[in-house]
Amino acid sequence: MREIRLMKGNEAIAEAAIRCGADGYFGYPITPQSEVMETLMALKPWETTGMVVLQAESEIASINMLYGGAGCGKKVMTSSSSPGISLMQEGLTYLAGAELPCVVVNVVRGGPGLGTIQPAQSDYFQAVKGGGHGDYKLIVLAPSSVQEMADFVELAFDLAFKYRNPAMILSDGMIGQMMEKVEMKPYRPRWTSEEIANLHPWATTGKPKSRERNIITSVELDANAFEVFNHKLQKKYQQMEEEEVRFEEFQCDDADYLFVAYGSSARICQKSVQILRGKGVKVGLLRPITLFPFPSKKIAELSNRLKGILSVEMSAGQMVEDVKLAVGCKVKVEHFGRYGGVIHSPEEVVDALEKKIIGG
Amino acid sequence: MNEEIIIAGFGGQGVLSMGKILAYSGVMQDMEVSWMPSYGPEMRGGTANVTVIISDSRISSPSLKMYDTAIILNQQSMDKFEKSVKPGGVLLYDGNGITRHPQRKDIKVYRVDAAEEAARMQSLKTFNMIVLGAYLKVKPIVTMENVMNGLKKSLPERHHHMLPVNQNAIIRGTEIVNEVTG
Repeated sequence: MREIRLMKGNEAIAEAAIRCGADGYFGYPITPQSEVMETLMALKPWETTGMVVLQAESEIASINMLYGGAGCGKKVMTSSSSPGISLMQEGLTYLAGAELPCVVVNVVRGGPGLGTIQPAQSDYFQAVKGGGHGDYKLIVLAPSSVQEMADFVELAFDLAFKYRNPAMILSDGMIGQMMEKVEMKPYRPRWTSEEIANLHPWATTGKPKSRERNIITSVELDANAFEVFNHKLQKKYQQMEEEEVRFEEFQCDDADYLFVAYGSSARICQKSVQILRGKGVKVGLLRPITLFPFPSKKIAELSNRLKGILSVEMSAGQMVEDVKLAVGCKVKVEHFGRYGGVIHSPEEVVDALEKKIIGG
Repeated sequence: MNEEIIIAGFGGQGVLSMGKILAYSGVMQDMEVSWMPSYGPEMRGGTANVTVIISDSRISSPSLKMYDTAIILNQQSMDKFEKSVKPGGVLLYDGNGITRHPQRKDIKVYRVDAAEEAARMQSLKTFNMIVLGAYLKVKPIVTMENVMNGLKKSLPERHHHMLPVNQNAIIRGTEIVNEVTG
């Protein structure tokens, strides 16, 4: 029987992790995502599914616990908010370099620095352009509802293991703190040791006589060999761009103008579309669901019949660069957004489209 | 039906839980709902507010600037949110501690002296349920049955013996709310 519940985004993440058969969560509290670990501690999954929940001594410890867990082929995750995610960047590049799957949730707050505790989307560059050193990418999913907070945990794990790459859920304080209706998926059992050994032959599960040792590392002293390895990584990212792009269109069919917005900004823009449609302005919304890989092809295709695009994000203008790269110079692309923890109102977005794109 | 509500007052008045019960009542009535709290420094400093949207279609922005209804429970919130009621909308307030009463003529203003009534009923904690009852009298968007089901869902089971007390408070709220004619 379907059970509809009212949950916070952060609570949904926690319960979805248990239900999708995660083996471990390692984290350190920070507003606005502390409910993730609080919920896990309250649900005590170690007594039911056997999932480990551990409060580490820091974010740096958490991400390195993920490295250890993922190296053993386990489904491991952490969550934090912007300053904590910055601390994890070294660990993330090592995970990407060692081709380890894991899930990292960033419930973004206003930056830079310790910043504010209110919602922001100013960690886009950090999430999609690397964040740590080296040529690597994270798979980045951007939920815009509490239901998607729940659904994307399982999706992120599936993609992380499919590509042996860290996946990030890039959310923000608004989606994390708000409550909406959620329908949870049924429990998926945790992998047994045999299943891990069979599904993930690369994992360090103990050396049988039948094969050589498995080594989890990101170091290679021979530059030529490391270039070959980097080629392999790049091929993987290309495959993601070909096969994993996800987005949602909202009234795009007859649109003259387009909003591009993800996460909570996409929710705000839906209201702006309704207001503008009420005034007779033909405007649509393209909502990227994967931020890497980015729906560049779709945006380019739509731009052929558009008069202008407004990229809306709670930042000083980050995703707008990718929108511009997708479009080239074919149509006008501008950015609008409040930032530092301030949420723009649907009316402000309407105003920005009228002034920067239609009138500009 | 699309009702956009802000509930604003002091921390401890039950602002967030009243919003949660209202949202759960909407769930029970098979409607779409969202509940978006203030969780920033203003909450740590004492004032709290929550935006609740109940709708029969998919909800767009959970964060708003203008509301169909503002439920205002202290002076700071009156100063902040009286201007945020849409023309023709509703402002419901508790007169306790209000020094500057609502001025607007283009909205409907209702008053419920819930704090006073809760004190008289010797049940201070049901203050927010009296306010909820007053709201439901003005805007009967969910049935009383669904409100009670929503209440049951939002209260932990160990508090379920308090359900009748809360129901009485909600009913009392429907009885003592008055339209203010200016």
